[in-house]
Amino acid sequence: MSEVKKAATRESYGNALVELGREHENLIVLDADLAAATKTGVFRKAFPERHIDCGIAEANMTGVAAGLSTCGFVPFISTFAMFAAGRSYEQVRNSIGYPHLNVKIGATHAGISVGEDGASHQCLEDIALMRAIPGMVVINPSDDVEARAAVRAAYEYDGPVYLRFGRLAIPVMNDGSDYRFEIGKGVVLREGKDLTIIATGLCVHESMLASEKLAKKGIDAQVINIHTIKPLDEDLVLRAAKQTGRIFTVEEHSIVGGLGGAVAEALSEKCPTKLTRIGVNDVFGESGPAKELLHKYKLDAEGIAERIQEELA
Amino acid sequence: MTDLELKQAALLVRKGIIEGVHSAKAGHPGGSLSAAELFTYLYFEEMNIDPRNPKDPDRDRFVLSKGHTAPGLYSTLANRGYFPVEDLLTLRHTGSYLQGHPDMKHIPGVDMSSGSLGQGLSAAAGMALAGKLNKKDYRVYVLCGDGEIEEGQIWEAAMFSGFRKLDNLCVIVDNNNLQIDGPIDQVCSPYPIDKKFESFHFHVINIDGNDFGEIRSAFEEAKQTKDKPTAIIAHTLKGKDISFMENSVDWHGKAPNDEEYEIAMEDLRKVGEALCQK
Repeated sequence: MSEVKKAATRESYGNALVELGREHENLIVLDADLAAATKTGVFRKAFPERHIDCGIAEANMTGVAAGLSTCGFVPFISTFAMFAAGRSYEQVRNSIGYPHLNVKIGATHAGISVGEDGASHQCLEDIALMRAIPGMVVINPSDDVEARAAVRAAYEYDGPVYLRFGRLAIPVMNDGSDYRFEIGKGVVLREGKDLTIIATGLCVHESMLASEKLAKKGIDAQVINIHTIKPLDEDLVLRAAKQTGRIFTVEEHSIVGGLGGAVAEALSEKCPTKLTRIGVNDVFGESGPAKELLHKYKLDAEGIAERIQEELA
Repeated sequence: MTDLELKQAALLVRKGIIEGVHSAKAGHPGGSLSAAELFTYLYFEEMNIDPRNPKDPDRDRFVLSKGHTAPGLYSTLANRGYFPVEDLLTLRHTGSYLQGHPDMKHIPGVDMSSGSLGQGLSAAAGMALAGKLNKKDYRVYVLCGDGEIEEGQIWEAAMFSGFRKLDNLCVIVDNNNLQIDGPIDQVCSPYPIDKKFESFHFHVINIDGNDFGEIRSAFEEAKQTKDKPTAIIAHTLKGKDISFMENSVDWHGKAPNDEEYEIAMEDLRKVGEALCQK
C-alpha cells in the first residue's frame, strides 16, 4: 500500500501565513504563548517584527487585533479553539464582530482530535458560537490543501473570519490540479443517489471512506464537503436534499449548533428532509489518542458507516 | 484655547449630555458629566484631529473604554463639528445613528466601538502598537472608568502596554469613585489605582480631572514621557455641575424627567453666568 501524504491543518495554517506574509506587509500574527503549537513559529522566524506574542491573555490579544485592524493591519489571532472562540467569545463578538473588523481568527486544536489533553481543551462548541455572530465567516477546512487555500481566501476577504484547524495529521485529499476554493461554496466529492453525507473538517475524508464501505453494502452515498459553515451553501444542501431525500451531517463538533444545526435550519425552513446529525452527542470529550477517540465517538469511517446503516435500518 | 474658552466648551458639552439623555429618557449622565473636562480638553485642545477628515490615518485616536458615557463623547464630537448638535436629541432613539454605546461603523469621529467594559484599552493598545510598527507619530488616548478597571482584561492590556513600552498610549482613569452598586472602595476596591499602573510599568500622574490647568500639564507630561505608557488618574466629581446629580450614585444610569431637566439646565445656566463674569 502506498503511503498517503498527511498533514495537520495547523501546520498548513503556519505555512500559509509565511507565504502570505511574503506577499503582504500588512499581515500580522498574534499568539498567546502557543506559537509552537499553533504552528505560527515559522512565521515568527520569517517575520519576527510582525509576530506579536501577547502572552497567556487571549482577551487582550483579541482586542489588540481589533485595534491593529483599525489601523490597516490584517491580524491573524492564533490560539486553541477553546480560547479563541470560548475564552474570548465576548471580545470576538463585541470588539471584532460588532464593528465588523478585518480580523482573522486562526483557531487550532479544535474538536476531540486534540486527543490526550482531554475535555478541557477539546472545543466542541466553537462553530456554534462563531456562527451566531452576525457577519462572521466560519471555515473548517478538510485537509492541508484546503486549509492553505482558506487562509489565503480569509486574507483576501474584507471582514472577520473564523478558521478552524486541527492538531491531528490527516490525509491530503484535495490535491487534484482542478481544486479551487471559494468561501461559501460546498464541493460534491462523490455522486450518489440513496443519501447525502454532508461533512466538514477531518470528517470529510472519513466520510469518503465511509461511502466506500456503504457502497459495498449496496448503499450509494453522495458526499459533500462543506468547508464554509457560514455562509452555508444552501443551494447545494437543498439540491442534495431534493436529489437523495436523506441527509446525514458529520462533524467533529457538538451536534448542537454546528454544521448539523446549520443544515437543520436550512432544511426545516426550505425543504423538510429526514436528517441525522452525526457528531459529538452533547457531551464533553475525554483523554486518549486522537484516533482512538474518533473511533470511540464513531467519527471515523467505520463509525460513520455504522451510524448510517443503523439509521437506515 | 484659554482655560476660560475650554470651560465654555465644557459647558456646551454638559448641556448636550443633559439634552441627549433627557430626550432618550435613558443613558448615563453621571460619568459623562464627571469626564466633561477630559472630553473637552482632548477634542478641543490636545488631539491632532480634523472633524472634516475623521478617518485620517495620521490622526490621534480616542477610545472610550467606558462606553456607557457615550453621551459625553457624542456631545463633544457634535460641538467639535463632527455632526450636528441637534442630532444629540436622537440619542438612543430607534433608527438614530447615535447608539446607546459608541458605534464606529455609523458615528463620525468614533474610533472604536465600545461599551462592554474592559475591552477598550486592548483596542487602544493595538492602535498604539500599529503606530509604532508603521513608524507614525500619532498618539492614542483611552478613557477608562474607575469601576471598569475591576475587569481583568484591563490588566492584561496594561501588562501588554507596559511591556511593549507603548509611550504613544495615554490611559485616563475617570476616578469619580462611584459605580452602580456604590462607592468603588465598598464594592470591590481597585485602589491603589496609581500603584497598580506603576507596577505595570506606566508613568502615572494624579490630577484633579475637572481642572483644565492640571489636565493640560498632565497631557504635556505624558507627551514628554518616553519608553512608558502614561496613566492619568483623574480625580473627578460624578455628575459635576448638576446640583442633584453631584456625587450621587443614583445618577449613574438614569435620565432626568422634565422637571429635573429644567433644574439641570438652570444649574448649567448659572455655571455659564459665572463664567461670563470672569
